[in-house]
Amino acid sequence: MDVIIGLEIHVQLATRTKLFCRCRADYFAAEPNTLTCPVCLGMPGALPVPNRKAVEYALRVAFALGSEVQPRSQFDRKNYFYPDLPKGYQITQRAVPLAVGGELVYLLDGEERRVRIRELHIEEDAGKLIHTPDGALVDMNRCGVPLVEIVTEPDLRAPREAREFLRALRTLLRHLGVSNADMEKGELRCDANLSLSQDGELGTKVEIKNLNSFRGVERALAKAAQAQAEPLSRGERVMQATYGWDETRGELLLQRQKEEAHDYRYFPEPDLVPLELSPEFLAQVKEGMPELPWARRDRFVSQYGLSARDAEVLLAEPTLADYFEQVAAGVGDGREAANWVLSEVLRYWREGPPVPAGELAELIRRVRAGRVSRTNAKQVLEEAAEGGRSLLELLESRALEQVSDEEELRRLAREAIAAHPQAAADFRAGKAQALGFLVGQVMRATRGRADAKKLSQILRELLTE
Amino acid sequence: MSLTETLTALNQKELALADVVASLWKRIEEREPEIHAFIRLADPEALMRREEALSSQPLRGLPIAIKDNLTTVDLPTTCGSKSLSGFRPPFDATCVTRLKAAGAQVQGKTNLDEFAMGSSTEHSAFGSTRNPCDPDRVPGGSSGGSAAAVAAGEALAALGTDTGGSVRQPAALCGIVGLRPTYGRVSRWGLVAFASSLDTVGVLARTVRDAALVLSIIAGHDPKDATSLPLPPHDYTENLETKDLQDLKIGLPREYVPPGLSPAARGLVDRWCQALQELGAEVVEISLPLTEYALPAYYLVSSAEASANLARYDGVRYGLRVPGELMAEMMAATRTAGFGREVKRRIMLGTFALSAGYYDQYYGKAQRVRTLIAREFEAAFQEVDLILGPTSPTPAFRLGEKADPLSMYLSDVFTLPSALAGLPAISIPGGEVEGLPFGLQLIAPRLGEEKLLRAAYALEAALSA
Ligand SMILES: [Zn+2]
Repeated sequence: MDVIIGLEIHVQLATRTKLFCRCRADYFAAEPNTLTCPVCLGMPGALPVPNRKAVEYALRVAFALGSEVQPRSQFDRKNYFYPDLPKGYQITQRAVPLAVGGELVYLLDGEERRVRIRELHIEEDAGKLIHTPDGALVDMNRCGVPLVEIVTEPDLRAPREAREFLRALRTLLRHLGVSNADMEKGELRCDANLSLSQDGELGTKVEIKNLNSFRGVERALAKAAQAQAEPLSRGERVMQATYGWDETRGELLLQRQKEEAHDYRYFPEPDLVPLELSPEFLAQVKEGMPELPWARRDRFVSQYGLSARDAEVLLAEPTLADYFEQVAAGVGDGREAANWVLSEVLRYWREGPPVPAGELAELIRRVRAGRVSRTNAKQVLEEAAEGGRSLLELLESRALEQVSDEEELRRLAREAIAAHPQAAADFRAGKAQALGFLVGQVMRATRGRADAKKLSQILRELLTE
Repeated sequence: MSLTETLTALNQKELALADVVASLWKRIEEREPEIHAFIRLADPEALMRREEALSSQPLRGLPIAIKDNLTTVDLPTTCGSKSLSGFRPPFDATCVTRLKAAGAQVQGKTNLDEFAMGSSTEHSAFGSTRNPCDPDRVPGGSSGGSAAAVAAGEALAALGTDTGGSVRQPAALCGIVGLRPTYGRVSRWGLVAFASSLDTVGVLARTVRDAALVLSIIAGHDPKDATSLPLPPHDYTENLETKDLQDLKIGLPREYVPPGLSPAARGLVDRWCQALQELGAEVVEISLPLTEYALPAYYLVSSAEASANLARYDGVRYGLRVPGELMAEMMAATRTAGFGREVKRRIMLGTFALSAGYYDQYYGKAQRVRTLIAREFEAAFQEVDLILGPTSPTPAFRLGEKADPLSMYLSDVFTLPSALAGLPAISIPGGEVEGLPFGLQLIAPRLGEEKLLRAAYALEAALSA
């Protein structure tokens, strides 16, 4: 039995204002019903006017996916009654969507996988119901926030693939600068449909609505696949149905069966003229496209000599990739910068970098110049990251500058030999480990600041003279 | 006195604003108990008090009546519906804003068929309006209140809305001038939508010049309406006066003088043709064979749009709310109590026309017919400059006379085709049939208002001489 999965993904576009009015779109943490106006409240006589930026953002996604942009698309009304839908219809694109076709290539266990895109369109979000013991309250802040809906072909073959595809899509969206695509905040929402095919014959489709975590997507799909496999293996039929997903209990919730399917009575939105996209506007949007993550990955490999794996990790977050590039520029060595960022900085990364790129670059430069030991550098970095203090100030105040001056080291080495004649004698008698003891003495005296490599060399010279 | 004459008298200080307001209110006291043109009136004292403040403005504080489906912040906007009883909009319609900016004041809100659906102003939740020429008869509709107020001398001029003939037909039945501009010429911001792709704001006035004056004020591009045409303001009173109409060729469609038209009405049509010829115009017979399909196409398109446009009156945010146990019950009970029969009939029709399986057969086909009708007009305007005919097949009918909806709908057969094509048209008094006013309609090509008004102005003078 093959699992066949297709996704419908809603992406909240990070425009400053809503799709059809000039209300602020960033509703997260806003007081209920404070970001509204007659347009998004569906007041009598109010009319929608499209937000150019939202169209531009949606086009960036379409271009990145290689979709075919339709020069003349159209808005439609999707009719249904719900208290969080003020006009009684949602403005969406149905008959002629913004773009059709395209694909997204993502990596699964280091291997490239392709998912074809069926279509991509712009639509407005609805409000939110808040359920209280005294009844339902409605918050209209989210009404009219721009979404782009991406519909895939049923090209995914396992719940895990769906999760990895979504991660790749999130990375893409963040690189495009069109959405924060945070699933927990509802900026990336996923409906999935799944069917099991037996001997090449397609089975009944079930739909799972409103998946809002990567883990949830994988778990819900696994559950749905399991729920279908059992009756099928007994030779029974599967019922077409729509489910919700209870994340905490890890259960599918039956919402409706086929017979209750909605008739949304779509028709062209008469308040809006067709969305005509001039070649000039399309060219302008293309021009303003940020570098795509896969192009950037190739560049990281060729320009900085990174492994594909390291490049991939750095590109998971555009802010991390940007940070890396700043550090690399400051150090003048991409590999070295990547080592530091991946092995040291990443563990302290919380929403953003623990220390400024310029300071990290300076630290790495000092290590490379032999002025600070690697061990000390890591320790200061940790303190700066966790204590929220300036890396460079910490370096100065601790007098951690490495002692690498030839004369100074020679002086310290002589002192150590004079203070520990027995160890010197042991070394001369062939006990190699006695050298380590003397190095340790100097290190203790300098609180670890001596350049260990140079010091051993000098000690060896002095003892074999 | 006409609006223009009143303005002249004010400018020459023969009259003060207080005199004008007082005389209008005197008429209102005399006629309004019988006519019932207004749903709500402004306070006359308040209007008089603004004389000084507005004396330097073009309209010098003169009151203008506003149809009650155009939003006003000063007075409630009810659309003649229980569902919006007492509703206070948070913004003025653009046409109202522009009138105010030109120094006009809102005189009151005029009665209409509920949500502008009707041709007699009998379908208002706040009672019927009667025809000032014969109070046993209807004033037409849906802008019946605006037409009756102007015809009774209660208002100098009024704004109405014309979706399928709702300005022109009541103007014809009340013996005044009714102007419907090109779709998109006047902003729909604040026009409470009935059928968005057909709705226009029009003018009811005593003279063609008054209509041209008001149009000059309310027309022009509005960024708040995405279907508003990007055209600069224009003074339509400028080129009204011409010696003759020698440059014009007028088409009289055979279909606009059907066999059912009364001999008296035919006689008037002949007289109009003669008057035009005397003015130097050439009158030719043309044919618009698709005329008979306009009525079904109009009722399908307008009802489909209405079914969505009226979905917002669900009791959740504003207007009437009838409590219910569940949300769906509250919504259903609110809509059942809030809407009258005719509105419900059209919502049902529109919902059906958009339903899966019927869409293409009804809504889709109606839209295709609409396109053909628009093309038929385009072709006709290759041959002629303007099209002539009666505004409505009969003069004002008695209240309750047209009890079955279809016979009511038939009174709009001559205004529907041009509405479907989005064309500008005007109705002017054309004489009397059975002692009642009978309207003459001129239809112009898209954006042909200047030519339309010039011909109407000349004909108005010729026919009243
Ligand atoms: Zn808004």
